[in-house]
Amino acid sequence: MALVNSVALIAAADAVSGNIATVGYGLAVIGPGIGLGILIGKTIEGMARQPEVSGQLRTTMFIGIGFVEVLGLLGLITGFIFS
Amino acid sequence: MREDATWAAVWPHDFKELALFSLASALLVADGGESGGFHAPSIAEFFPQVILFEGTPFALDRVMLVRIVAATALVLIMVVVARRATLVPGRAQAAVEWLMDFVRKNVAEEVLGKDRARQFTPLLTTLFFAILAFNITGVFIFLNIAGTSRIGLPLLFAVVAYVTYIAAGIQAKGVGGFLKSSLFPPGVPWFMYVLLTPIELLQVFILRPATLAIRLMANMVAGHLMLVLCFSATQFFLLSAGPALKAFSVITLGAGFALTLFEIFVAALQAYIFVILTAVYIDLSVSEEH
Repeated sequence: MALVNSVALIAAADAVSGNIATVGYGLAVIGPGIGLGILIGKTIEGMARQPEVSGQLRTTMFIGIGFVEVLGLLGLITGFIFS
Repeated sequence: MREDATWAAVWPHDFKELALFSLASALLVADGGESGGFHAPSIAEFFPQVILFEGTPFALDRVMLVRIVAATALVLIMVVVARRATLVPGRAQAAVEWLMDFVRKNVAEEVLGKDRARQFTPLLTTLFFAILAFNITGVFIFLNIAGTSRIGLPLLFAVVAYVTYIAAGIQAKGVGGFLKSSLFPPGVPWFMYVLLTPIELLQVFILRPATLAIRLMANMVAGHLMLVLCFSATQFFLLSAGPALKAFSVITLGAGFALTLFEIFVAALQAYIFVILTAVYIDLSVSEEH
């Protein structure tokens, strides 16, 4: 009986070992991921409609990417800081 | 909890960190366990052993050495190229000129406009080349860690940008004018200032430099961790894992190479984003109210 119990315990521990913060980063990148998708998709749309302003659109897109990306990276570093 | 303690004593500590490789860990257990000491990379990666001057503020470790190498190489390349500059550029001179032209045209003049760009182009170019040099060491063989992957250097760059955009704003409008235009953005009903002014205060004086530094550092940290993960997993699968797992090493090695190429791209992209955001911040603080 004890053996069965310890086997079950080992299985359970193996399934959930590690730090819950690992999941946190996964959750943290969902928002910026969606944001980047919308941002880049809309820029491509704009470029396709007006190829002549694509240079300006690209610059603005990179500025926006900088702002969006830092949110995901904040998730990464807080994972390290509070682990 | 107490069960956990015995658990940790029975198994190697690192085994706990295999959450990323749950499939591999399942197979390992099937294999009979014990063979593996897979070392998942951690944040300790960026604080290697101190080589020289331990305990002093000048402690020299691998990251600092990489920074020194990168700075020396950058200065040498620039001096050699500038010394040998000819009217018809050679290959090295053309490459350097292409990058400088890129910063001047696509960053400074595009964001600041032709007139104002003249004043800030040297600073932006210096920032761009320095950040690029310190980033690219992350994929150089034998160096293998980005000089910007510890907060000190990105913080220095961010402080340079911070001082520049505040000084530029004060130079253009005076202290009062700069504070008024950045803390009380025009064209908003007056009661909104209750909300807007604290946000703008936080934004201009804390969040902008903080995010500049964090963005650069966290990108390099994430990139380095991904590379270490791929290559140490390759080594682990190939040398210490059971025969059923050897095939995984091909996948992780391929991913490692792909990520190396991606890291080269990220190194250049981060240098670009850093200077373009600096230019945008300068533009925000010097431009006239609309």
